[in-house]
Amino acid sequence: MNYDFLVAVLATAVVAGTPILYAALGEIVCERAGILNLGVEGMMLVGAVTGFIAALSTGNPWAGVLMALLAGGAMASIHAFLTVSLKANQVVSGLALTLFGTGLSAYIGKAYIGMPLPNPFRPVEVPVLSEIPFLGAILFRNDPLVYLSFLLVPLLWFLLFGTRAGLNMRAVGENPAAADSLGVNVFATRYMYVIIGGMLAGIGGAYLSLTYVPAWMENMVAGRGWIAVALVIFATWNPVNALIGSYIFGGIHALGFRLQTLDVSVSPYFLKMLPYLFTIAVLIFVTRKNNLNRIGAPKALGLAYDREER
Amino acid sequence: MRKPGFKVFLVLLTLVFFALTVVGCGRGGGTDSGTSPDGGEKVKVGFVYLGSPGDAGWTFAHEKGRQYLMEQIPDVVTETVENVSDADAERVLTQLAENGNKIIFATSFGFMDPTINVAAKYPDVTFLHCSGYKVDDNVGTYFGRMYQARYLSGLVAGKATETNKVGYVAAYPIPEVIRGINAFTLGVREANPDATVRVVWTSTWYDPAEEKNAANALLSVGCDVIAQHQDTPGPQQAAEEKGKLSIGYNSDMSALAPKAVMTSAVWNWGPYYVETVKAVMDGTWTSSQYWGPMSDGIVGLAPFGPMVSDEVKSLVDEKKTLILNGDWDVFTGPIKDQQGELKVQDGQVMDDVAMLDMMWFVEGVEGSI
Repeated sequence: MNYDFLVAVLATAVVAGTPILYAALGEIVCERAGILNLGVEGMMLVGAVTGFIAALSTGNPWAGVLMALLAGGAMASIHAFLTVSLKANQVVSGLALTLFGTGLSAYIGKAYIGMPLPNPFRPVEVPVLSEIPFLGAILFRNDPLVYLSFLLVPLLWFLLFGTRAGLNMRAVGENPAAADSLGVNVFATRYMYVIIGGMLAGIGGAYLSLTYVPAWMENMVAGRGWIAVALVIFATWNPVNALIGSYIFGGIHALGFRLQTLDVSVSPYFLKMLPYLFTIAVLIFVTRKNNLNRIGAPKALGLAYDREER
Repeated sequence: MRKPGFKVFLVLLTLVFFALTVVGCGRGGGTDSGTSPDGGEKVKVGFVYLGSPGDAGWTFAHEKGRQYLMEQIPDVVTETVENVSDADAERVLTQLAENGNKIIFATSFGFMDPTINVAAKYPDVTFLHCSGYKVDDNVGTYFGRMYQARYLSGLVAGKATETNKVGYVAAYPIPEVIRGINAFTLGVREANPDATVRVVWTSTWYDPAEEKNAANALLSVGCDVIAQHQDTPGPQQAAEEKGKLSIGYNSDMSALAPKAVMTSAVWNWGPYYVETVKAVMDGTWTSSQYWGPMSDGIVGLAPFGPMVSDEVKSLVDEKKTLILNGDWDVFTGPIKDQQGELKVQDGQVMDDVAMLDMMWFVEGVEGSI
């Protein structure tokens, strides 16, 4: 394993991890506010197809990002209505959202299958930074959406742990009754973060159709939404860990492919299994009672809040 | 007192709304029904798809076959069901039989046992199962000798490579895929004895982004032509972006990567569907295991891209004529395996059983099973 090999694997890991990173950041925000959304896969698909159509018809990939953001948000608002207002089971509603998104994206995208996108995002070298040895080649020769995700991670981290809004978000996810009694609007807070989560998932999907592939093919998200859900646990609901985790999750395949080209025989099945093995390990660690508080798993996650049941 | 009734109703209403929309989308695929304008009775033909025609690959090729059938035999009405999982296949097949379909095509390997089970309950319906090996009085199997088209596409790749390294993105190490890689490699080395074929397994049939990733890994070690056995054109797009060449699969992939795709090894199910439906309508159909050769038109090469020279075209034509006439087939000895051991003696032709069980690489393939 030489220097070039390592750079190539890590650079691919960043690109492959970015769609997962967006979706995982969205899910972190959502779960921190106490709502589990298993509709990530569906929201990503709808984001991918609407983003692709918007970028193709306007000729501007940013229009695609905007469209994906709106579409992802709209999808998430259905989940918010069902789980926050109607207090429906969050698992059922999330699964329904994934099924719905899969069908809807296929329906919308029928006429766009396999069309090439003439104007995808292209890599832009950041002056100065891209010249940094090693890190420059890995991090700063990417497309604008990757840079946007670089900014988003510290921003979300600060929002979560450094602001009053973040404190309210976490309070709503930990103990909605207490937050309510202190004057935090639990319903509005949950609505807002579920929808923001959906917007980020939408961008994650659009990253696939606007940059990574770039084209629309049915079901092209191919399970990344589920990986993102697992990643949230792996990252212990922390955006910075999510960044690292998504590059590991994304990079593991890239590593597998590169090893195969070097005749190193590592079973691709084994490599594919690794991220989930890590996730299970983290889950075991997290569920030990005295670790719970330290890790930050939202206590009220998955539970509907009903004022009258206080 | 809380009154949960209304909320439960709202939840149900919203869920029903979802469900209806999803069902509506799923059905959008193409259910045609009715009788012919002159009132004559039409033959109903059912198709069960693993994916949807939107995959631009496997199911898309079957869908094109169905459309061809509709054009050729106006007395046919078809009913299709998309996105059928192996677990759900028995229910879907039963439903299609109950709906009055007289001929049912099950287009995925995983539908094999469900097809056999359902066929036993509907003896007057003819079932055709793609790529399987189990038959019954009213169940036949069908597949094509894709390795013949693979070999020809290998000739094109062998002539095109400048680095003498050809990359091959492949899904899973099963005989069908391995047979394709071997045939392709024999073609590559016929055209260019110095060239090798490097294989990367993706362990997925369908993930455009990962398939592209795998192709990029191959490009990074100097491969300048990319072939594939996947369900999407992801590898072709990797080649297009890097300014390299490629060979498509399933259907003509030149639209997505016009500068890269030299040709594609393609499935062409249409003629088989027409012939089979005609045979059943005439009452001449009997159960068989059909493994159609290129001369039946079930497999072939897509039109060449502008980068393919006349010299290469005539080389392909020469070998194609031999295959079409039945004078020669791809796995004719001498063929050595990766370790240099002679697997097929000089002049000997490998039989179908050996081809269907193939779990070893020929000389010139780099990679492991």
